[in-house]
Parts: sequence; structure tokens; C-alpha cells
Amino acid sequence: MELQDKLAILADAAKYDASCASSGAQRRDSRGGRGVGSAGGEGICHSYAPDGRCISLLKILLTNRCLYDCHYCINRRSSNVRRASFTPEEVVRLTLDFYKRNYIEGLFLSSGIVRSADHTMGQIVEIARTLREEHDFRGYLHLKTIPEASPDLTALATKYADRISLNLELPSQRSLDRLAPEKNLHRTTEAMGRIRTLVDEAKAQRRDGDRKLRHATGQSTQVIVGADASSDADFLQRSVELYTRYRLRRVYYSAFSPIPDASSVLPPSAPPLLREHRLYQADWLLRHYGFQVDEIVEAARPDLDLRMDPKLSWALRHRHEFPVPLQTAPREQLLRIPGLGVRTVDRLLTIRRHHRLRLDDLARLRVPLEKVRPFVITEDYRPPSSLLDGERWVERFLPKPQQLELF
Amino acid sequence: MHHANPGTGWLSWRQTARALLVVGMPPEEVLWSHERETLLDLAPAPPVAQDEASDLGVRDFRVPAVFVDLAQAAICHADERRWALLYRMLWRMVCGGERHLLQLASDPDVLTARRMEKAVRREEHKMHAFVRFRKAGETEAGREHFVAWFEPEHWIVERAAPFFRDRFANMDWSILTPRGCAHWVEERLHLAPGVDRDPFATGDDLEPLWKTYYASIFNPARVKLKAMQSEMPKKFWKNLPEAELIEDLTRHSAERVRTMLESPARPPRPRPRQPYLDSLKSLPGSEEEEALK
Repeated sequence: MELQDKLAILADAAKYDASCASSGAQRRDSRGGRGVGSAGGEGICHSYAPDGRCISLLKILLTNRCLYDCHYCINRRSSNVRRASFTPEEVVRLTLDFYKRNYIEGLFLSSGIVRSADHTMGQIVEIARTLREEHDFRGYLHLKTIPEASPDLTALATKYADRISLNLELPSQRSLDRLAPEKNLHRTTEAMGRIRTLVDEAKAQRRDGDRKLRHATGQSTQVIVGADASSDADFLQRSVELYTRYRLRRVYYSAFSPIPDASSVLPPSAPPLLREHRLYQADWLLRHYGFQVDEIVEAARPDLDLRMDPKLSWALRHRHEFPVPLQTAPREQLLRIPGLGVRTVDRLLTIRRHHRLRLDDLARLRVPLEKVRPFVITEDYRPPSSLLDGERWVERFLPKPQQLELF
Repeated sequence: MHHANPGTGWLSWRQTARALLVVGMPPEEVLWSHERETLLDLAPAPPVAQDEASDLGVRDFRVPAVFVDLAQAAICHADERRWALLYRMLWRMVCGGERHLLQLASDPDVLTARRMEKAVRREEHKMHAFVRFRKAGETEAGREHFVAWFEPEHWIVERAAPFFRDRFANMDWSILTPRGCAHWVEERLHLAPGVDRDPFATGDDLEPLWKTYYASIFNPARVKLKAMQSEMPKKFWKNLPEAELIEDLTRHSAERVRTMLESPARPPRPRPRQPYLDSLKSLPGSEEEEALK
């Protein structure tokens, strides 16, 4: 098979993985070396596909042949999709050739599972080793690992990679049993625990003076949204566990997307893109705005309101906490005002040391005034109490029907 | 009205601005322009001894480091008003008692300067992203040479070049633009004046593979053209080989999704007897993880 045909198949097979990060690596560049590559600054998106997604890495599978039968997956063994495999040399050459033309930040390598977890993982590690050691490649490497692979291979992978990932796929074993019968949630989180230890140890070693030590700086995972009956609360609870217990850098939420040759266990449907978007917003609130899961989703309503962002939804359910005086409220309280992001809040905190905040300050910082106004008190503005009345408050924020097409 | 020539960038502007501060020239009396003869009032610049100005510059005109950072970026903006704007800000900080000016993020001058800075930094970042090298040759020793053509709106080539030097130190490369060129040859970075057009009209042998990748990584079930264009505006498309695919990919996406949704679903095949799959059954799994906290 021609290289071009393989690339078409094995990139198509990899595109359902949403991760594209190329930031957060150890700082390094090609000076003083033999090869090409730099990393450690902000991530760079070298192109964008018409799906709005960033193209930062050469994201491919080594092979799409797979023993597993995950029903959401285009590469499951029951699928009749065309199969292909790269040789390790082909992956290395493509990565270097693309990199030298400034098409990519590096390689994101994943694979279907052939023969065994160790056999597959061994090939992935060998490609990473060749890039790093034979070619002195200093660009970004993201390696997908397999929970069942031996700890030694996982440790080697974390040594060569900048980012390591293991996909949780679904937030409960019950869902996995139905949709991904070979996968096990416990084995996955155990492997995450091992990776966390490796990453922490490497960090400590660097801190203690071993500055040259090369090692992955973090791990991430992906869950599929809309393939099973899990609620948003299920996803968010699981994410918090992953962030705190295993120190994940990111949890990616990927709307279950139609695939060719879909499984009868999981028929294709339109991807729930808006739900995916709301989950990312909620995830952001958990990580950067000091929110707890049970504030964002309540037991009685375990799913996010699709009609509005989760911060606004929280504010409307806690209207007694508003309006907030911008001049005096502490940072944590400002962060809870709908329409104010972290950067705006920090700017307001600085400005208010020098003069009293007015609506004009908000307008010039390009804050969405109509959204923010009912929630704030400024030197020259206090929302009329009628704004806080009954149901009218909620209605005010619902998108008007003709605006729905924006989504 | 006093005429001041800003020169070509940060260093020349700073020198002139310092000389103006030394003689206490208020910003509203300065006309920043390279085109001297068009001015009405050609009062000669007040003579200021070079070392006197730099002495004073060190002693009296200390400004916050953030201003230097901001000004060095904003000065690369294409807007001719940048020289006067930055001098006015300098004046306000040094002579107007507003040392904390940059902390007033909602001040109109600060906002304008920040917007210029942001545009410059953004374009610099986009240059790092969207430069596309084409292989031009290889020395006998195997050192490859690449060239790229890029069309920036602002004067960013000098700022952007070190990134390419650090990343591609072990190959030779040239980036040509109408607003300056950068060459990395024999381990040295050379900056040169801009050129009008791309002198190498041919593509690269790898472009068909890159386009194959671009087309294959696209998911037709998630078309979001606005999101794509906000990050990769059309003005960049003509120098991106993959951009010519966008129209076709978008046009056929709905059809591709409909085919997927309408094609019959395939029943799962029974699990094959395979040693690794068999071994998975005996691995420890666990139920206690099941309960969500």
C-alpha cells in the first residue's frame, strides 16, 4: 500500500481523539544538537480543519488493526473499515519531514491493539526512542499508552514523551462492559496512578538539580460524551477524581460522533456538540473558578442546562448572592459573576486600586455589558430591583429563538 | 509644531523620544513622521548632546519594565499613530505624574497600545504557526536548505526569527516577506530588507502528503467554519497549501455524514480465541471503583 493511502486511513482512524495540546513540555531547542525541534513554550496550532479543531501534531495510529471491540470506535475488530499499518520507519520519516516544513509541533502516536498490549506498546516506544535517540528530535511527543502494558514499557514511554495519555472513554465500568468489553476502569486508573508517580518523581529529580532529565510533564485522558447514559454529573465527578487523585493535566470531552460502519450496539447519531461545549465550560469552572461539582450540577438535575453557560445557570439559581459590589468584593466572588473571566477579574482588581470602577471601565474592557449588568454594582450603576424579580430574570437570559442557529 | 523622525523601530524611536523628554517637549507639540517635507512648521530639533540625553535617560526617565515590553511590541505595528501614542504614554508616566498608567487597563491610550501589542504578538504567533517551508536543496554534507514565503501585516520578522533559529538550528532556511527577510545560513541569523514577491513559485514534494493528512484528520460531522476562520483568517490561506481543500471538504461534509447515519449498522462479531484476549479475563478488575463519590 502507498504511504499516502496508509496516511489517509491512519489519520482518519486517529481523528476521534480530541487532544491536541502541545504546551507544557520542558523547555528545550535544537541548538547544540544534531536534529530539529523545540518545545516548552505555548502550544502552536499550525493549521485548523473546517471542524474548527486545531492541527498541532501529526496525530496518527501506528495501525488500525485491533483486537478490541469498542462499539463507539471506527477501528473495532467487528468493523469492516480498511486496515493499514505503518512501519516504524515510515512514522519517523513522516514526523521529521512534516516537522522540518513547519507543518507540526510533533507527533501524537496511538495504535490499535495487535497481538498484545506489550507488543503494541513496544512498537510505540521504539518509534519514540528512534526519534529521540537516533534523530535527536526535540519536538513534542504525545504517546498513547495501554493500561495493560507492562510498567517497564510505560516508564520508557514517559521518558521519551512530553505528554502521556490513557483514555478512560466512559465514566463507569457498567458502561464499559456494554460498549468496550475489553476495557477496565480499575486497570486504567491504576495505570494513571503509576504514571502520576513517575511524573512526580521526575519533577522532584529536576527540582533537586538534574536539569537535563527528560521526562513527560503530565498526562491527560478522554471521555466520550453521548455514547452511554452517564449524566453530566457522572462525567464531572469522575473528572474531579482524575484531576485530584492522578493530577491529570486535562480531561478531554469528545462528543460521540458518527463513524462509518457503525455498530448495531451503538447506532450512529449526530454528535452532541453543545453538551460537549457545556462540559468544557463546567470543567473550566472546576479548575479555574473555584466551583465544586455539586454547585454546578445538583442531585435533582444531574445534567447541565444546555440553554446557558453553567456559571450563568448557577447565578440564576443563587440570585440572593447578587448584585456584587465590584469595588469591594473579594476575587472569589468576582469570579462568580457571569460574563467576567479570570483575566478581566484580575484587571479590575488592579484598576480599582487607583479609581472607583464604573460601567465604562467594563465596557472598555469589552465585557458583555448586557449579561453582566444585572449582577454588579458599580460607582455609577445599581441594577433596578425589578431585574431581580421572579421568573423574568431567567427569561432575560434565554436565547431568543432566532439565535439558536448560532449553535 | 515640532517634527520628530521615529526611524525604523524601537531603538531609533527611543533615542528620539528621550531627546524630546530632555527638552520637555509636550506630546501635543510633536508630529511624528518620516516625511519631513510635508510639514508646515520645520522648526529644527532642539540640539541635544548624545551622551547628555542617554545620561538623563538612565537617571530620570525610568519607566516600568512592562512599558518597555509593551512598547517594543507595539512599535512593530503597522499603524503610523504608534509613535505618537507611545510618546504620549511615556510623557504621562515621566512628566504627568501617572507612573501607574499601565495599571489602568481601561485607559484609552493603554487600551490602544495594548491592542497594537496584541495584534503584533498574535501575528508573530501566527507566523510561527503558518510559515510553510519548502525544500530548496541539500549540501553534499547532507545539510538541507528550506525557503518560505510569508506576508505579515506588521513589522514582525525580526521578532519572529529567533523562534525559527532555535527550532531549526541544524538546517539552513530563509523566510522571505515584503516586510523583511530572515536567513539562517552557516549558523548565523541575517536580517535583510523585504522582497516584493515569492521568488520560488514551486511547491514541495511533501505537500500532497500534508494535504492528505489535513483532509483525513477533518471530521465532517463537526463542521465549524467560524471557529476555524477566527483562528486561521482567510488572509493567510493563499500561502497555506492545505487551504485549497477547505471548500471541497466543507461542501461534501453533510453528504458524508448522511451516508454514515443512513448506512446499516453492523452487528458485533463474536470474540475470537486469542491468547491475549483470553488473558484479559483473568486480570484483576474491580467493582469498588464503580461507586461515584
